[in-house]
Amino acid sequence: MSVGLPQFLVVGAFLFSLGLYAVMSRRNAVGMLMGVELILNASNINFVAFSRYVEHGIDGQILAVFVIVLAAAEAAVALAIVLAMFRNFGTVHVDTVQRLKR
Amino acid sequence: MTTDVLVFGLFALLTVVPAFFVVFSRNIVHAGFALLFTLFGVAGLYAILGADFLAVTQVVVYIGGVLVLVLFTVMMTRVPNLRRPHRGLDAYVPAGIFALAVFVLLYMVITGTKWPSSLPAKPLPSASEIGVNFMTNYLFPFEYVSMVLLVAMIGAAILIREQKLGASADDPADETGQPTSAHAEDTPETNEQATSADEEDHK
Repeated sequence: MSVGLPQFLVVGAFLFSLGLYAVMSRRNAVGMLMGVELILNASNINFVAFSRYVEHGIDGQILAVFVIVLAAAEAAVALAIVLAMFRNFGTVHVDTVQRLKR
Repeated sequence: MTTDVLVFGLFALLTVVPAFFVVFSRNIVHAGFALLFTLFGVAGLYAILGADFLAVTQVVVYIGGVLVLVLFTVMMTRVPNLRRPHRGLDAYVPAGIFALAVFVLLYMVITGTKWPSSLPAKPLPSASEIGVNFMTNYLFPFEYVSMVLLVAMIGAAILIREQKLGASADDPADETGQPTSAHAEDTPETNEQATSADEEDHK
């Protein structure tokens, strides 16, 4: 067995499925965010693997850099929303919070 | 060739095994710390794939930035165990079946496809090439993403800012200020919507 494109894709698919499960089953808002991070990392692995084995270029890596930047922005805004939610309602359980303002 | 497999297996395990804890751990703090190892494993996979700049960026941005933010938020929003609502099996089983089905589908697609079997190009140092591309081919997305970062930063700061001490709760001009839960109980609010929402809560 040698390491090729399919091995990396399987790792990516695995991370994606786990992230999907976390987003669907967790009801803690921060836990759901962790699932989103897993999904974004899975997509990044795919970008870089395809750029190395199929495209032989650098474009996939550049897209991955953009994904990392946007994930950082998303995490900052989402965690700010979670903090505001906690301050107003005293919980981060997404089923009990249905408004953003009191 | 065997060291290839060994190193890949090591980082793949480092990615996948902690990801299980991220998803299934009952304690959200444990999940946050497991996420650290997963992100580190992904950085290792980038390094194997010859993306040295990306591996370093992953460590700096994700582990140094996002993860610290996540752990910070987890520890600031801890709820005592009693107040967590109990959830039955029906909350997990459909999600588990769906996620498993997605993984099986992806796995079948990956193993069933004839991928181009050309030998990969020898990896070169990628930092300079990425930098040149940012300033030439990808100039507009680069500037656009920096705008997005600025807007996200301002938005996050506005969202979590405390209500100003000078502005009273019944100041009609202050529409974006969120009353803190401690003050909202005893301050009179002229805002129609806010009072009705309060009454709803007390029912």
